[in-house]
Amino acid sequence: MKKVYRRPKSLKRAAFHYCPGCGHSIIHRLLTEVFDEMNIQDRVIGIPPPGCSVFAYHYLDVDMAESAHGRGAAVATGLKRAYPDALVFTYQGDGDLAAIGTAETIHAANRGERITSIFINNAVYGMTGGQMAPTTLSNMKTTTTPYGRDTRLEGYPVRMSEMVALVKGAVYIERTAVNSPANIRKTKKAIRKAFQAQIDDLGYSLVEILSPCPTNWKMNPLESWQWVENEMTKEFPLGLIKDITREKDSTGKRDAD
Amino acid sequence: MYGNAAIGEAAIRAGCQCYFGYPITPQNELTEYMATNLSRRAGCSFVQAESEVSAINMVYGASLAGVRTMTSSSSPGISLKQEGISYLAACELPAVIVNISRGGPGLGSISAAQSDYFQSTRGGGHGDYRTIVLAPSSVQELADLTHRAFDLADKYRIPVIILGDGMLGQMMEPVEFKYDAPSELPVRSDALRGAKGRPSRIVKTFTSKPTDLEELNWSLFRRYRLIEKEETTYEIYMVEDAELVVVAFGVAARIAKGAIRNARANGLKVGMFRPITLWPFPYEKISELTQTTKHLLVFEMNMGQMIEDVKLAVEGKREISFYGRPGGVIPTPSEVLRVITRLYYQKGLKIEK
Amino acid sequence: MKGYIEIDQELCKGCQICMAFCPKDSISPSDKLNANGYLPVRFNSDGDCTGCATCAVVCPDVVIEVYRE
Repeated sequence: MKKVYRRPKSLKRAAFHYCPGCGHSIIHRLLTEVFDEMNIQDRVIGIPPPGCSVFAYHYLDVDMAESAHGRGAAVATGLKRAYPDALVFTYQGDGDLAAIGTAETIHAANRGERITSIFINNAVYGMTGGQMAPTTLSNMKTTTTPYGRDTRLEGYPVRMSEMVALVKGAVYIERTAVNSPANIRKTKKAIRKAFQAQIDDLGYSLVEILSPCPTNWKMNPLESWQWVENEMTKEFPLGLIKDITREKDSTGKRDAD
Repeated sequence: MYGNAAIGEAAIRAGCQCYFGYPITPQNELTEYMATNLSRRAGCSFVQAESEVSAINMVYGASLAGVRTMTSSSSPGISLKQEGISYLAACELPAVIVNISRGGPGLGSISAAQSDYFQSTRGGGHGDYRTIVLAPSSVQELADLTHRAFDLADKYRIPVIILGDGMLGQMMEPVEFKYDAPSELPVRSDALRGAKGRPSRIVKTFTSKPTDLEELNWSLFRRYRLIEKEETTYEIYMVEDAELVVVAFGVAARIAKGAIRNARANGLKVGMFRPITLWPFPYEKISELTQTTKHLLVFEMNMGQMIEDVKLAVEGKREISFYGRPGGVIPTPSEVLRVITRLYYQKGLKIEK
Repeated sequence: MKGYIEIDQELCKGCQICMAFCPKDSISPSDKLNANGYLPVRFNSDGDCTGCATCAVVCPDVVIEVYRE
């Protein structure tokens, strides 16, 4: 019997602090699988956000540096401009990237910064206890929308990927989910393509990943995975949103696949 | 050369690799200078960010990569950078932040002022931290202190603030640059550039164990004690026999110097003490002054901020008077002379026949 | 049996996601809590696991290693 599935090399042996059924740790594994397969563990620098996944640096065995809430894209810009050889990625939640960090995200994309943003959309602020996020669905209950998100008072879920896609500097944007084996595999492919766009020096890449948050949605893990499928994907359709890597491919030989 | 441009040139000669700015009067010439002279320099980069908040966080990112990096703004913009400065201080990341300050509070005025003294020296961000604060009073000193700022930042792994003002920034004066740009851009040994051939590293302060954070604070404060001992600088002018000493910094000190020369001509024995490092503040030196002089006059272009540090230094040993003009008003030497003269006679200080 | 899996009993948090997705129903809750107070799942070695690794793909805590002929 041959071992066909093991823990990725660049995933530290630490136990995850995440809740049972959380999507973060799956995404951590996918990231490290991509780092191993693309052999870039020693070139990658990650910028985790303040949020549940701030502790990503305890799990991802790559250089990482904290950023202030919402400022990941700016920190990544400064780092990449100072040292272009690094492969810089931000790992941000929906509040971090689409609320307080909206300006940083849109302008980093607009400048076509050669960075990759891993955008975890779980429709709430997880670490702080389940408050409304920009991506909270209409009528969805959170600790700050106890009566359900009322569009007249709290507006609508923000489709950040579609918004960023309008910005010319963004070359590759895809929305995936980690709520089923097939979607998990697609997420890995998308992460890989995003890093490839950075390696090929084509522009800004963003992967939005719908991720279950059982604790704050007050569901058991399996229900939360199904809720992503049945509810979230209605508001946030999965799939490729933008891919102009072929046109932009400065090398002309290969496209970014 | 314009003061603002002199800062840019001095920064390039100090090996500044990355500059992140945002337009705000009265410091635009600095941002423009870097757009012209840094952006196309080999290995360097210039970014006009979407906000001062983003600019300071880009500085954080560039400093992570171990390069010399700078941002500049004016009072309202510097307020937006305070969170970022706290992060730089906490993560021991060197950077240079230039404040060509203007009248405040609020949108304020675009004229020169010194009302950001508290914000700069007491730290406008959260947490126990200090930043080195340098206060130039001439275009030449703007250039010299810019170079010194980069050296101090790297030496102590600390953000350094240059507290200039609109007048200095917009003023033209001859400047002599004592250094040439380094042939190779300096990169710090602790640069975070990917875990090649070494274990991966984390730059952070967030922790669930308060004792970790306590130790970080203690280690930062041990370093601040060292900086206080090693790097405090000031200028003294005719204080040896002075009955009255004017304490002023930056452009206010220049104005006061003019008044003091005239006062001396009238037989009034007046001197001046000018702190150059606002943090670390020269408490001992001012305290020593009280042994020789009878009265202190603190003169600032604000409602009275540095006077609090002067009071801390003097500890009631001598009487302290204050004269200040806030809001971006620029007092004239003759105005200051009148204040000095009236005070001198009021206090019955000795006049030289 | 063409494959089998090893589940780290101490790291498993008993979210049972793998149970839901295993095509051969070869995983079921164990009867002993682990040190963290979770009820981990365990592998039924008498099932007909093919080593397809679906369980490992969905496992949020990366506690499953898969062996296949």
